[in-house]
Amino acid sequence: MELELLVQRFQEKDRKAFEKLYEMYHINIHGVIHTIVRDKELAEELAQDVFIKIWNNADSYNSTKGRFFTWILNIARNTAIDELRSRNYKNLKKNLSADYFVGILERPDSEETEAPDTKGLKKLVKGLKEKCIELIELLYFKGYTQKDASEELKIPLGTVKTRNRNCISQLRDNIDLEWI
Amino acid sequence: MDIEKYISSGILELYVAGLLTEAENKEVSEYAKSHPEIEREIRAIEASVLALSKAASPGLSEKSKLDQLWLKIDGNDKSRVVELRQPRRNWFAYSGWAAAAVLLVGLWWVYNQNQELRTDMQTRVDEVQQLENQIEEARYSLTQTQELFNSLRDKDVTIVPLSGQEVAPDAYARAYWKKDTQQVYIDAQGLPEPPPGMVYQVWSLKLSPLTPTSIGLLDSFATDDNKVFVLENANESEAFGITLEPAGGSETPTLEQLYTLGAVAAS
Repeated sequence: MELELLVQRFQEKDRKAFEKLYEMYHINIHGVIHTIVRDKELAEELAQDVFIKIWNNADSYNSTKGRFFTWILNIARNTAIDELRSRNYKNLKKNLSADYFVGILERPDSEETEAPDTKGLKKLVKGLKEKCIELIELLYFKGYTQKDASEELKIPLGTVKTRNRNCISQLRDNIDLEWI
Repeated sequence: MDIEKYISSGILELYVAGLLTEAENKEVSEYAKSHPEIEREIRAIEASVLALSKAASPGLSEKSKLDQLWLKIDGNDKSRVVELRQPRRNWFAYSGWAAAAVLLVGLWWVYNQNQELRTDMQTRVDEVQQLENQIEEARYSLTQTQELFNSLRDKDVTIVPLSGQEVAPDAYARAYWKKDTQQVYIDAQGLPEPPPGMVYQVWSLKLSPLTPTSIGLLDSFATDDNKVFVLENANESEAFGITLEPAGGSETPTLEQLYTLGAVAAS
């Protein structure tokens, strides 16, 4: 309920409400964009652009279309992908899929000082199969459709939905474990 | 509806990912309102994605502070107003003034050209008028000369050459005497211009005894172009003489100022 009220006030151009939403989500948006562009500072700039777009297009959000986070998640993905496109990446799709979380996770420990949060990430995806991590990344962070993801990961289209559910369930279990 | 089955189908995960159609989205959001279990499940899925995306961020710098964001939002709004409106307004204003200035200069130039042409045309009209006058004068002069010429070649004309005397040895004149019309044409081409206040006077002479009779003055000698003067002469003249006299002429000739003299040949 509190979130709905916050979103409603933000849509009435309440600056305080917008600031609260920013505090709630900006690190998530940064994380999503960073997964795509793989540049910490660029990701910060783009995340700010995303929130400028959110503020300027507050009217266009409608709760019947989905969750507020899903709305801004979509804006973040598009902004990051547009950025890649503008930099003339020749094969965007290949570029998007070439480097998964798995890539970050498999880096040697010496690089961990530069990205301290990989520890948290490692904990979250602990026990998840590589295909699972990749599927979550494609569907949530990179905006792949079920069909695109099934082609990319070479799994039957009909199984994408249930497999994704299982992967998210494992993720949820890991989060629950963190609280213990 | 079997809520368990609905939840386990995986549709809620896709709902959070934003991968459903508009109709499906609407359906899910309605179920979420009427079924708390579904709402709870959606929030849990979203929480897991939030946790993962948060973990994917390598950390934020000062650049991501809120005041930086407001600076961009407010600055952008201002800069947009400045960038879009002002130059456009200026451009229109400048081009308007520039067009007006060009038009003014153009009008001024055309006005000047027109004035010049008018002046030129007036000059030409004046010139034409002058030329017409000259032609008229020339025609008149030609007629006069023609008449004079005709008079002089008349068979009844007696020609009397008047030669220069002591005062003016180089002077000469001619008298053309038409006895039938009692007229004498004096050709004074060979006389010097009289000094101011003086005038030439023409005399008809009888020789025995010597009797001079004035037949007229050569008035306006300086301004007469062909220097031919027509005088009346009803006398039985035997000679003609021209003397220089004070303006208005004299009763008797001043013989010391006799310029030319010539006798009429006996016919």
